[in-house]
Amino acid sequence: MATPVRPTEKAGSAPRSGREPGRWAALAARLRPRATFARHALLALVALVVVVLLLELTGPFRNSQFATMSYYAIAAAGLTVLTGLNGQISLGHGALMAVGAYTAGLLLPAGIPLLVMLVIAAGITAVVGVIVGAAASRLKGPYLAGATLAFAVALPGLAIHFDEALGGEQGLAVPSPRAPGWFADAVYFLSANETSSAKFLAYVGWTVAIVAFLLLANLAASRIGRIWRAVRDDEVAAELAGIRLSRVRVLAFTVSAACAGLAGGVLGVVVRLAAPTGFTIVLSISLLTAVVLGGLGSLFGAVLGSALLVFLPPAVTNLGASAGLTDVQSAQLAPFVYGAVLILVILLAPGGVVGTVRARWHARTTAPAEAPEERTGRS
Amino acid sequence: MLQFVNTLLTGLGQGAVYAAFALALVLIWRSTRVVNFAQGAMAAFTTYLALLVVESTGSWWVGLLVALASGLVLGAGVERVVVRRVGPHNELGAVIVTLGLFVALQALASILFSAQFRSFPAPAGLEGFPIGDVTIALTPSMLITIGAVAVVLLGLVALFRFTDVGLRMRASAFDGEVARLLGVPVGRMLTLGWALAALVGSLAGVLIASGSLVWPAYMDTVIVNGFVAAVLGGLDSPGGAVVGGLAMGVILALVTGYVGADLVPLAALAVLVAVLLVRPQGLFARTAARRV
Amino acid sequence: MRRSRRVRALAALALGAVLALAGCGAGGRPDSGSGGGQSEGSTVGITADSIKVGSHFPLTGVAAPGYSEIPTGTKAYFDWVNANGGVNGRKIDYVFRDDAYNPTQTSQVVNELVLQDQVFAILGGLGTPTHGAVVDFLNTEGVPDLFVSSGSLLWDQPQKHPMTFGWQPDYEVEAKILADHVAKTFPQARVGLFLQNDDVGTDAERGIRRYLDKQIVSVQRYTPGNTDIGPQMSALQAANADLVIGFNVPSYTALTQLQGLKLNYKPQWVYSNIGADPVLVGSLLGRFSQGQITDSSLLNGIITDEYLPRADNPADPWTAQFDAIWKAHGDGGPLTNFRIFGMSQGYAFVQALLAAGPNPTRQGLVDAVEKGGTQFQGPWAAPYRFTADKHSGMSGVKVVQVTGQTTKALTPVRTTSNGDAPIQDETGGETPVPPNGIPTNPGA
Repeated sequence: MATPVRPTEKAGSAPRSGREPGRWAALAARLRPRATFARHALLALVALVVVVLLLELTGPFRNSQFATMSYYAIAAAGLTVLTGLNGQISLGHGALMAVGAYTAGLLLPAGIPLLVMLVIAAGITAVVGVIVGAAASRLKGPYLAGATLAFAVALPGLAIHFDEALGGEQGLAVPSPRAPGWFADAVYFLSANETSSAKFLAYVGWTVAIVAFLLLANLAASRIGRIWRAVRDDEVAAELAGIRLSRVRVLAFTVSAACAGLAGGVLGVVVRLAAPTGFTIVLSISLLTAVVLGGLGSLFGAVLGSALLVFLPPAVTNLGASAGLTDVQSAQLAPFVYGAVLILVILLAPGGVVGTVRARWHARTTAPAEAPEERTGRS
Repeated sequence: MLQFVNTLLTGLGQGAVYAAFALALVLIWRSTRVVNFAQGAMAAFTTYLALLVVESTGSWWVGLLVALASGLVLGAGVERVVVRRVGPHNELGAVIVTLGLFVALQALASILFSAQFRSFPAPAGLEGFPIGDVTIALTPSMLITIGAVAVVLLGLVALFRFTDVGLRMRASAFDGEVARLLGVPVGRMLTLGWALAALVGSLAGVLIASGSLVWPAYMDTVIVNGFVAAVLGGLDSPGGAVVGGLAMGVILALVTGYVGADLVPLAALAVLVAVLLVRPQGLFARTAARRV
Repeated sequence: MRRSRRVRALAALALGAVLALAGCGAGGRPDSGSGGGQSEGSTVGITADSIKVGSHFPLTGVAAPGYSEIPTGTKAYFDWVNANGGVNGRKIDYVFRDDAYNPTQTSQVVNELVLQDQVFAILGGLGTPTHGAVVDFLNTEGVPDLFVSSGSLLWDQPQKHPMTFGWQPDYEVEAKILADHVAKTFPQARVGLFLQNDDVGTDAERGIRRYLDKQIVSVQRYTPGNTDIGPQMSALQAANADLVIGFNVPSYTALTQLQGLKLNYKPQWVYSNIGADPVLVGSLLGRFSQGQITDSSLLNGIITDEYLPRADNPADPWTAQFDAIWKAHGDGGPLTNFRIFGMSQGYAFVQALLAAGPNPTRQGLVDAVEKGGTQFQGPWAAPYRFTADKHSGMSGVKVVQVTGQTTKALTPVRTTSNGDAPIQDETGGETPVPPNGIPTNPGA
């Protein structure tokens, strides 16, 4: 889905002439400048077509990989908004995804429909996000990283402690929803393909992702997005302009958490299980690396980063196996290559994929004297 | 009563290791404003080297020396080859680079040294001292651990307070540009900072391994708890790191012994949040909210 | 207006793509929907001269030590079988993938094994939360899911999961037999429990309490990965527990012994089979403290149970056979109990494959295990409980005591089942090793 959040305006222009940010009518009017909204809607439509094409032209295994990619992409999009637009680092988004996945594990067996469950998962995680965000809003840089890291490690422990309700170490089984008849018929109508469960889950995941991306893109282009960037770029100026920093930070964290919860709900139905071992610190770190590799602050970058998470490790393993390594050796090779790629990307292309491409593009299209804007997250 | 004393002693021993690890983080933070997430993997790597030496020479102390020396080299190398190239004002980039190092080094350790458990000998006895007819959970090895951490802390304080090199390192970290104008070889100072930090990290790695098991991921718990300890104490303060480490060790041991092992990470979170809500810069940070 | 032109172009493109795709479509679907891989005669993964089998294990990360050796044993065994002509002329192509003990990753690698590699069956996938994430998928896809490497009770749900079978004695069965022995031999003991805080601990505690409920004075748990178990051991000591039953992994056996040394706390230890691996634990303990603990003498006298031959017992003909196989096809490392575990699973799989006849199908394999499973004989001590209504693995263990470098039997092989099923002595004797260590068709 190609909706880059454009880092166009700089801090000064955002809070215009001291007007209060809470005026709803004005806000709603600004929320969707007609051209931007139309552009986003159209991009969403194109993305949908791309998804349909990809899913119909690839086999069930690729379908299942796309399903996996969808929940990484949703969570990474939420995180890129938080880190890239608002400048807050979080090592705790894996735990927020756990909240969403456990919501799926508790609600789906009770007969709650999939879509309702996803909305509730996002809602509950948003509430958790308000609490975490409120605690985090005073912290900066490594202190914020430390607090969210401790959160990521601690939360799965709750599931083990309350094993009666949350299934302990072995987790909660999530019943995997089947494709409704009309859906399978529609797919068959389009492509003469049957709908495997992997394909249906990929459709669910990407539909959710596209909706989430559309909302995030509009939010980022709105007045709220500008305020977030203003806070990221210069706190003092933002504060002087009448922005209440902590409230803005908590809102950013809440939106980001809602995405993580949504992603967790999708993860639950794709993996068919919510268990503590699925939400280790490794997950949080993976999300952060996906965001940075793709290009901080860019939704399209989040998609690229999650593609890397899904497709790189098996590719390396298979490469190792075909090069004559044993299965154990090629499995150990995958994290090594992954770590090396992280280092190399930061050293060679610090803006991530999207940032680097964009910088090249700028360098070519604008006057050479004007250096491409260096964008990094502040924490 | 005995249970309480022994739990406390176990916690102190564990806390000393967290303290050493937190000290290493603080050193790097002070010198380059980077949180080194690769610290644990670097320490695991040097500990494996030490293990090879211990197994071939039979001497724990030679192994320790090898770990410290290789830590020094590894730290300097990482700063020169990787961290320096990240460039200034790219804090998130630095975080990702150290995370990448963490993942890659851990994988490399399992490729080179196998992923299986191995035991690491202890420097001295593993039996607790008897007092009357009870035995307290304090062993000669633990005394060496606690002593080593104390020596390192005092050494660092002496280095920063009383030597020229220490002063230059502080100047380079505080304001690189000004220090450079004053003739301080800032680049070399930063490298030295990383080298020293990796040395202290290697010490922590060997200490926690001694009389216990090593495997490629054995530092993972220490990484989390050591980081929390450093944040707790205030990332700018070596003394804070030691207090934070000991506090973490004792609190977590008490929670394990009297509440339940499940809740240990939750207890760590609770302590951290409680402290940071009152003091967002940690317990012992001297400057209030220095703008970064 | 450049922008609006671009917008219109994009819209046209999107519309065109949808139309093009619909053009490829059939418009309507035929009614005879023959979907899924569940068809009775599915032979996915089998050719005239090969059978593809997959599995998932933690090869990296926290759980890799120990467990990552299991598939190397299975692989060596299959290589041996292939070198001896394979199964009915088919060579076994065994692929195992890394899940890092993370259910999310298990789901991905098992998708790859089933959908991409097109394996015929999954054999011995390890771990309760990890395998729990794929059991539903394997059953909907109709993939035989044999001999899960986990003692959880989850694998015994033939109605819900007809393709899934357990393998080792579940933790409850093992705990019942150990606890029964303790209750009879140490009726006055003050019993402490040292449990891993997952289903191993939960299921074990249920089994133990059936016989020792009144004797238990303290229950302590540990989280794998955190090596500091001083507080738990202090608590056991403070409760005056003079007999401790540990359901833990081998590394924690070594750690409990070290911590006991520190506290001068020496209860009678009873370890579950997974924790009591004298070779591994002994070699771990042996290297500490420069000779202060010279051998596995710390383990001398501990009580445990067995259901497979042990690597440290070369007098056992099965161990000798596995040693020969490992020397021929292993990776040069030592033969360990983990590897014997993997080889025994390979043995069981070959046996099941033979029972499924010369032209096995997926359903045929499952039927063969349900029909003949209780009769399968091999290196394991007690028979399986496999029938159409029960998919639990081995039914029992024998209680043994470690003496010096080897073990001494304290009871004959005893069998039982879950819940209040009684404990009985097993009457069948030991199974002789077939020629070459390769099973022959049990039906023939």
